[in-house]
Amino acid sequence: MLAPVATVVVAVVASPLGFVIAQAAQAGWEQTRRLLGRPLIATLLWHTVTLAAAVTLATAVLGFGAAYLVERTALPGRRAWTVALALPLAVPEFVRGYSWVSLFRSVHGYWGAVLVMTCSLYPLVFLPVAAALRHGDAAAEEVSRSLGRGRLATLWRVTMPLTRPALAGGVLLVSLYLLGEYGAFAMLRYTTFATAVFTQYKLGFDAASASLLTLVLVALALLLVGLEAWAGRHARVTRHGALARTAPPVRLGRWTVPALAALAALVAVSLGVPLYALGYWLIKGSSTTLPSASVLGATLATLGYALGAALVATAAAVPVALYAWRRGTRPARAVERVAYLTRALPGIAVALSVVYFAVRYAQPLYQQPPMLIAGYVVLFFPLALTAVRAALAQVPPGVEEAARSLGTRPLAVLGRVTLPLVLPGLGAAVAMVGLTASTELTATLLLRPTGTQTLATQFWVYTSGLAYGAAAPYAALMVALSVPSVLLLTRRTLGRPGKNS
Amino acid sequence: MTGLTLTALHATHGRSTVLDGIDLTVDDGALACILGPSGCGKSTLLRVVAGFHPAAAGQVVLHGRTLDDGRTRLPAERRNIGLVPQDGALFPHLTVAANIGFGLPRSERRARVGELLELVGLAGLGDRRPHQLSGGQQQRVALARALAPRPGLLLLDEPFSALDAALRAELRREVAATLRQTGTTAILVTHDQDEALSFADTVAVLRDGRIAQAGTPDTLYHRPADAAVARVLGEANLVPAELTDARAQTAFGTLPLAGEASGARRGLALLRPRQLRLTADPAPGAVRARVLGSDFRGHDHRIELRPEAAGLPETLVAYAELPWGPGEAYVGAAGPVHVVPDPAGAGA
Repeated sequence: MLAPVATVVVAVVASPLGFVIAQAAQAGWEQTRRLLGRPLIATLLWHTVTLAAAVTLATAVLGFGAAYLVERTALPGRRAWTVALALPLAVPEFVRGYSWVSLFRSVHGYWGAVLVMTCSLYPLVFLPVAAALRHGDAAAEEVSRSLGRGRLATLWRVTMPLTRPALAGGVLLVSLYLLGEYGAFAMLRYTTFATAVFTQYKLGFDAASASLLTLVLVALALLLVGLEAWAGRHARVTRHGALARTAPPVRLGRWTVPALAALAALVAVSLGVPLYALGYWLIKGSSTTLPSASVLGATLATLGYALGAALVATAAAVPVALYAWRRGTRPARAVERVAYLTRALPGIAVALSVVYFAVRYAQPLYQQPPMLIAGYVVLFFPLALTAVRAALAQVPPGVEEAARSLGTRPLAVLGRVTLPLVLPGLGAAVAMVGLTASTELTATLLLRPTGTQTLATQFWVYTSGLAYGAAAPYAALMVALSVPSVLLLTRRTLGRPGKNS
Repeated sequence: MTGLTLTALHATHGRSTVLDGIDLTVDDGALACILGPSGCGKSTLLRVVAGFHPAAAGQVVLHGRTLDDGRTRLPAERRNIGLVPQDGALFPHLTVAANIGFGLPRSERRARVGELLELVGLAGLGDRRPHQLSGGQQQRVALARALAPRPGLLLLDEPFSALDAALRAELRREVAATLRQTGTTAILVTHDQDEALSFADTVAVLRDGRIAQAGTPDTLYHRPADAAVARVLGEANLVPAELTDARAQTAFGTLPLAGEASGARRGLALLRPRQLRLTADPAPGAVRARVLGSDFRGHDHRIELRPEAAGLPETLVAYAELPWGPGEAYVGAAGPVHVVPDPAGAGA
């Protein structure tokens, strides 16, 4: 009973991939060749690849370095640094782009994009690597030292390889975000596949061409997922056993001040600049000549859609998570893996496929609220699944069998044992998805019902008109809404706080 | 020649003192064992010697070289001390051969790795990865890896505790043989008295951050310094005794003393469970007791008794060839006894 439900859910969630292919197929062979042969494709590919190379390298270095300093050294105030280093995630990329562009005219193009995206995305490497360093066993490092390898050699030959799966996972997320990002690049006037798709679709209404570009984008994303799977093929190297013991922190000595300065600089650039920009424009006040819209109305609309999507996504994630959790069988794992694969789909691809589906098969729903909700659900399903899985991991194994053996029917077991146990976790899942969805821009721009403005789209309207002051309250609200989910994510990734204090 | 010498060694965790004046000498080529319950500081002692925990005061000297004197510390990587952690801690990203060769210069690697694989009986498994090995094999690799650079001292931190009982005994014998064969000085840390007694030349019982007693396994088992050491090394019946000349007056009658009399007039006579004899009928010197329970253990039966005479501990433990049903038995004691001071302070 669970298996078919889970399979159907995952099939629905993964369907955008099919739609993208179906629509691209309409272009026909000749047109495909013509479209893909254009110099534009080469340019976009070059832009995307060079940007991804620079940003993943920079995030890997910054993320690993910061994680090592915070988790393995006797740096003063490590707990506070952890939070401060994770918080840049609360600033959506397009808000960060806005804060730099509105303050410094010179920030744009390739280097602007590298700067903005590195500041936005390094926490995606920092968090998993910090978790791996925190929970990993220090014994291997001590053995390396006892075999005559110094601190640096041990760091290079033991610590780094042991954190490789975490590093690879983080870098994958970074590059997937890069592929899907639209708002920040539009603001920085840097063209990538995502911005090109958007322009094709919005300006040219050239659906087939947009679909082809989307297909290339999706292919790139799947290539990345494959690369990560390959890099992590010996992934189960970090031990999380009862025997694992945390390492005593390394004393920094005279390196304390340079290390503190480096972290302070990172936080200042990644968190300080956006906060300063928001403060500056909030005080500077309304600089708009556009009609002012109600912040409250946009907030309510945003929260309504986000909450609706969060509830649906979490409810849909429960059977899939249960199926994979109860059975470690091959089909169960496959179903779960497909669900996670959709994480690689850029927001714009999901949005276009939902549009395509609505136009072709559900015309009455076109530009109606359910369309936006459906887009969010597909987009954030992997996030909900991760959160529900995390909640299920807290359930002691065997309790369901114990309940069954006491004569309770399966459905009653679910209601009386499993769900009550995971309820707090489900709440966290809803919060996580809801808060993340409330700052979504790309898909919202394409899917929102006519006349509806969310915080993100209203912000977009103002910044497109260079009304930076009028945009500031919306940006500030989105940042504030993101903070809880970032703290939640930090806590979930790193485990119970205080273990390493 | 002395291998390792610890002098008045102190160590702390934050404000609490973990090692409180350890004096210990391990001869070159000897196998020593630190025995103690969890939390007694034995792991900290190992980490101080290895160089992962600073000594607060005192000295660690290996082969005449001072490693730590409370002020200056030689870094762990320059001590030439091998380490076999509890669960092996193999490098999961490296093959068995690469694990063993980790601490070797490139030029020596090939020859020495082959030699060590042979030594620990894993020849031909060099290309495996750690997760493809059984627990026992992993520990053998960990041992080979630690032995590869020919360490001046090898530290083993409860290396057998994660293995099942049969394998544990087998591997313990094997490791001891390997270490003797290579002439390695080694310190094993454990909370398992069987392991300590069978493995080591010298056993040091650690209690509350101090060495309660150090000596050969035989000395420790038969002539412990006090009641607590006696209990740490195995089940013990401690019976109050009055001492005269070379005899001990106990509830079981007069028993000869093992070794010389210390001059004290009272003490506790140590009767190991095998020294108690059970009979169904009264016998001279035998005490009437109620049988509380009898556990079959394969090679013998462990019998718990409640003696009915005054001046005896509440329960006695005897190991007998035959089972005893619930009911009564007469307990007698045999053989020379060792006397330890009475911690109750009755000694005058």
